[in-house]
Amino acid sequence: MPDGFTRTPSGRTVIRLDDVERNLLRSLSEQVIAFVSPDDDGDARDPLAILVGIDDASEVPADPALARLLPDAYKDDDDAASDFRRFTERSLRETKAAHARAVGEALERSGEKVTLSDQEEPSWLGFLNDARLAIGTRIELTDDNHDELAELPEEDPRAGLLDVYDWLTYLQETLVQLHLDDLS
Amino acid sequence: MSIAPSERTALSEETVVERPWVTIVWNDPINLMSYVTYVFMTYFKFDRAKAELLMLDVHEKGRATVSSGTREAMEIDVAAMHSYGLWATLQKDD
Repeated sequence: MPDGFTRTPSGRTVIRLDDVERNLLRSLSEQVIAFVSPDDDGDARDPLAILVGIDDASEVPADPALARLLPDAYKDDDDAASDFRRFTERSLRETKAAHARAVGEALERSGEKVTLSDQEEPSWLGFLNDARLAIGTRIELTDDNHDELAELPEEDPRAGLLDVYDWLTYLQETLVQLHLDDLS
Repeated sequence: MSIAPSERTALSEETVVERPWVTIVWNDPINLMSYVTYVFMTYFKFDRAKAELLMLDVHEKGRATVSSGTREAMEIDVAAMHSYGLWATLQKDD
């Protein structure tokens, strides 16, 4: 296992990633951006609504992975959940896209050693979490089926996704631990 | 529509006390225990002991109430939890 995220003696957060790993993260960042981008038909939307960030969309997304990234805020009140979504979903999508974009930009300017600025670290944490949420929901991960999924034959597409998921988990865990040490 | 007095000191037995709203974070199989702790410490400014206690409630009991207040304040907290990727909802305190 590589080192994941570490701190240099001068306090900078760094990670060493080979070409394959950087390309994988870059591709995931592009996929998350595409995934959370609203698929609206541009001109049809009310410009004032766009300006104040209100969305026409008030339904929970049909794709379970997207629904997990953009969950309902009310459990037993569909009207309130739908209102909340109209006023907040667009900005939530934009936050997630911005995290993924920041990760893509950091990879773009870096070689094997990626150094994160203080401002970029929350974006990396958010992006790693969003990517794990999307993949974990896609492979229908539960509290107790990880071992079962790990036994899947190689040709099952979920096997490769689980490998990526586990790697992202490892990266996120090492970055979170650095932050917990800072906060404690 | 409110018949409630504006000052808490004026409460009497006949006064309808508004139940506060609460933010609940729900367990899910994906969010890391360490990450949930980090979010509670970062956003709510809880110390590590309190953040870990609440995180364990989420993990073991399936849910934890992490904040309470007005509906508007809870909507802000829930939106923040969603931006971190935690599964959170708001409701009237029960």
